[in-house]
Amino acid sequence: MAPDPPVVLNDAVVVIGAFPVLAGANLTVRSGEIVLLRGPNGAGKTTLLRLCAGLIELKRGRGRVLGHDLSTDRWSVRHRVGLLGHANGLYPDLTVRENVAFWGRTVGATDAEIAAALRRMALDARLADVQISRLSAGQRRRTALAALVARRAELWLLDEPHAGLDAAGRDELDEVLRQAAQAGATIMVASHELERAGTLATRQVEVVAGQVRDSGAIS
Amino acid sequence: MSERRHAFASVRATARLIAVKDLRIERRGRVLTNQVLPFALIVMVMFAFALDSDAVLERVAPGLVWLATLFSTLFVIARSFAVEGSDGALDQLRTSGAPSAGIFLGKALALMVQLLVLVVVLVVAAVVLYRADLSWQGGVLLVTTAVAATGGLAAVGTLYGGLSAGAKGRETLLPLLVLPVVAPVLIGATRATESAFGTNGIAVGEGWPWLGLLAVFAVLFGVTGAIAFGSLLDE
Repeated sequence: MAPDPPVVLNDAVVVIGAFPVLAGANLTVRSGEIVLLRGPNGAGKTTLLRLCAGLIELKRGRGRVLGHDLSTDRWSVRHRVGLLGHANGLYPDLTVRENVAFWGRTVGATDAEIAAALRRMALDARLADVQISRLSAGQRRRTALAALVARRAELWLLDEPHAGLDAAGRDELDEVLRQAAQAGATIMVASHELERAGTLATRQVEVVAGQVRDSGAIS
Repeated sequence: MSERRHAFASVRATARLIAVKDLRIERRGRVLTNQVLPFALIVMVMFAFALDSDAVLERVAPGLVWLATLFSTLFVIARSFAVEGSDGALDQLRTSGAPSAGIFLGKALALMVQLLVLVVVLVVAAVVLYRADLSWQGGVLLVTTAVAATGGLAAVGTLYGGLSAGAKGRETLLPLLVLPVVAPVLIGATRATESAFGTNGIAVGEGWPWLGLLAVFAVLFGVTGAIAFGSLLDE
């Protein structure tokens, strides 16, 4: 029997205040896919990612993420996903190694796993013992992704991951995401940079006024 | 049984991880040594200028030590949660799956260590500036009082720091929430410190019952915080 898709949303409704930010969203994301979420500001892309991370409540409809029901068990989703928003979730006074080790250890990662995460993001040589506050935006982003790897995230939820990166940093990030998908991670990327994210994604969906429309596979 | 033991071990490991992380950040950032301690010492000196009487200063020294501690505590709490909010680490903590009781206890422990350092410096300042006396029996009472009182302050501070972390106007909200709640700590710690210093001829033995109040307060808010912190972080 085929495993459940990592993300399945049926008529998902999320209300923030009195406003339905997601108004009956339907979406299925299969394992190993890189799905681009596109749409205008305020369409509900960030809310969709936070819902999938188990951070906000599903008001109506059904949702399953990594096999967990979002209505009854969204807390169990959290430690299996990696959410990277506009911020990196790093501590500026700690070094690259200390940050990655800290986030890895929250899920019980071993020294070897932490070292492997640093190596995978090419952070193990010169940069590992440098404080985050002294790094470029691209290097910080790479550290944040290393933290997701160390946390053994199975579903990566990335909100505008290219923001603040120069051309080299963006190329580097795309390569990292492709490698992560090849290694088995499922990735959802919300982005306004359609040209770049489009070349990265295997499928794109459009989020408009809280609804999700599948725009199909990218050839 | 083994499930409960595993949960306890997970809370303990998380608490250690968070406390070490917070103390390492403090050691690198030096906010306690470069900003909070000078502020607390300035408060003590300003009181000395304002009261300008050795007899009065000697009498009020215990209260001034704990008032200065209380005001400084607000900065330490704010800093403890500012490091989580500055680059979105709070969201990462929420999705880390780390037990919220462990996060609470770790942050409270780191806060308590910093407050203990602060109290030691302020007591030395009181002895020097206000000529407070301290016998060895008084010293034992004072150390125990400092541990219990900073434990209570750290528990309340972490609880309300978590509550106000995502709120608008948190800088002004935090003192409004914390100061009324910690009034019993101010009273208990001041009375116990008066006994430790022998202020107005009060015997050291009279200070120990106040320690009970401080211990109950610390345990009450420690347990409440460990239970409620997850919901507060989610708000």
